[in-house]
Amino acid sequence: MADTGRLTQTATGLPAISRVTQVRIAIIVAILVIWEATAASGLLFRDVVPSLLVIGRAVGHLLVDHEFYWHLGVTATEVGTGLVIGGLAGLACGLALGASRFLSRAFEHYLYYLGPTPKIIFFPIMIMWFGVGLGSKIAMGTISCFFPVALSVAAGMRQIDSVLIRVGRSFRANTWQMVTKIYLPAMRAPIINGVRLGLGVAIIGTLLAETKLSNRGVGYLIINSYSTFDMPRMYSLLIVVFVVAIGANAIVSRFADSDTVKRR
Amino acid sequence: MAAMALKRSRSFPLVLGAVVLVASIALIELMIRGGLINRFIVPLPSQIVMSFERIIVEEDVPARFWLTLREAFWATLLLIVFGIGGGALLHRIHTLRLATETWVAAMASAPTVLMYPLFLVIFGRSANTIIMMGFVAGLAPVILKTLEGLSSTRRVLINVGRSFKLTPAQLYWKILFPAALPTIFVGIKLGMIFALINIVGVEFLINFGGLGQLINELAERYDLPGTYAAICFVILVSVLFFMFIERVERWLIPGD
Repeated sequence: MADTGRLTQTATGLPAISRVTQVRIAIIVAILVIWEATAASGLLFRDVVPSLLVIGRAVGHLLVDHEFYWHLGVTATEVGTGLVIGGLAGLACGLALGASRFLSRAFEHYLYYLGPTPKIIFFPIMIMWFGVGLGSKIAMGTISCFFPVALSVAAGMRQIDSVLIRVGRSFRANTWQMVTKIYLPAMRAPIINGVRLGLGVAIIGTLLAETKLSNRGVGYLIINSYSTFDMPRMYSLLIVVFVVAIGANAIVSRFADSDTVKRR
Repeated sequence: MAAMALKRSRSFPLVLGAVVLVASIALIELMIRGGLINRFIVPLPSQIVMSFERIIVEEDVPARFWLTLREAFWATLLLIVFGIGGGALLHRIHTLRLATETWVAAMASAPTVLMYPLFLVIFGRSANTIIMMGFVAGLAPVILKTLEGLSSTRRVLINVGRSFKLTPAQLYWKILFPAALPTIFVGIKLGMIFALINIVGVEFLINFGGLGQLINELAERYDLPGTYAAICFVILVSVLFFMFIERVERWLIPGD
């Protein structure tokens, strides 16, 4: 079963494609054929499903467009700043809740239930507080990623081996030393996992805010292509955003995986 | 001694949490009244509380709530049909599972909600767009959890079914599905949460539908206490919804 995904060698010496790869290729080809057939059939409104060639050309144009990279830079700045502020606040809050059972019982349920609420509904408040520029988008990224980081860190802290904590106390480590020498190194995996979740929701929160009210950023470009009915550009933007978001998620996950492997 | 006993009591932390919350709200009220916070940016908490009745009556909140609930219901129905169906299909056809499981996992981490302008073009500015967005956002966890539940059925249970010479359909309905039900429900719960988040979010973004639209409308009218009250109302509804799902989950899986 474990070998099904590998390439096997045929008698002629040429690598044979495994059954799994064949299925993958078949699915991709089927989707592309159905897409192209729908585009050609005219069943949907014109340009709603553009030809793959047109989408490919739009992706190409987008990737050589300097303006796109400027907007991508704006979104990256907003997401990055939101992640740093929300992540650090979440880390501090998670450490406090994880360290004290009393604080956890008093306040953690608020975080637990507020965490899954749709954060975009806070956007009108963020506009009033921070204006229509970068500030309100950074604030959206911050509140989006605060909750997963705080909850993940609090849960991770409770799972620290009590022996490690006793070792720290027996060395009479102060609070700062306990945090930097015991808690943080022991919680690397839950922290990275929290950052991974936080990054995903920060990207969503920031981009949605940009689609609602902004004149810069990738979210603005997406909603602008909708307003001008430039469907190939919208598809190309969505493809690039999905690739970037999934790629960023995979990179952070790899950090967590490599950490787990090292620990074994 | 008394302080230690209070600290150890079960209800004291909960009461303290609520007291801190109320005290923070009272402090904000005082700071606004004292001019430390601009009342044109943050309205008085007392004004927000007073606006609850106004928005419920004037903005027809029950009808909006019912509309959001209906959208969530249809999205959940689609999730159950296609999510469980997809998971069962991947479990049944092993090669298909190996080929697509990583794709489904990638879909779970993809920002699918950003496709809402595309859905607007396809389905129009209607409830269908909102339902489909909720469905797409919640599909991956239902498929993955159904697959996990069916795959982790204990071998001994399957062997018992085989020793009774059950047909594949009987084995599925009498053994595999009931054994996987708790895990499938976890998937449906996650799917419903993602669906609700996206439904309210897209309602707000496209200014159509129930509770999400209410916030957008009040914000556009610059009705500050009303906007804050509507946001509090949506938070309250979400919290009650999650609590309800947790209760149902505990009822279905009493051992957990």
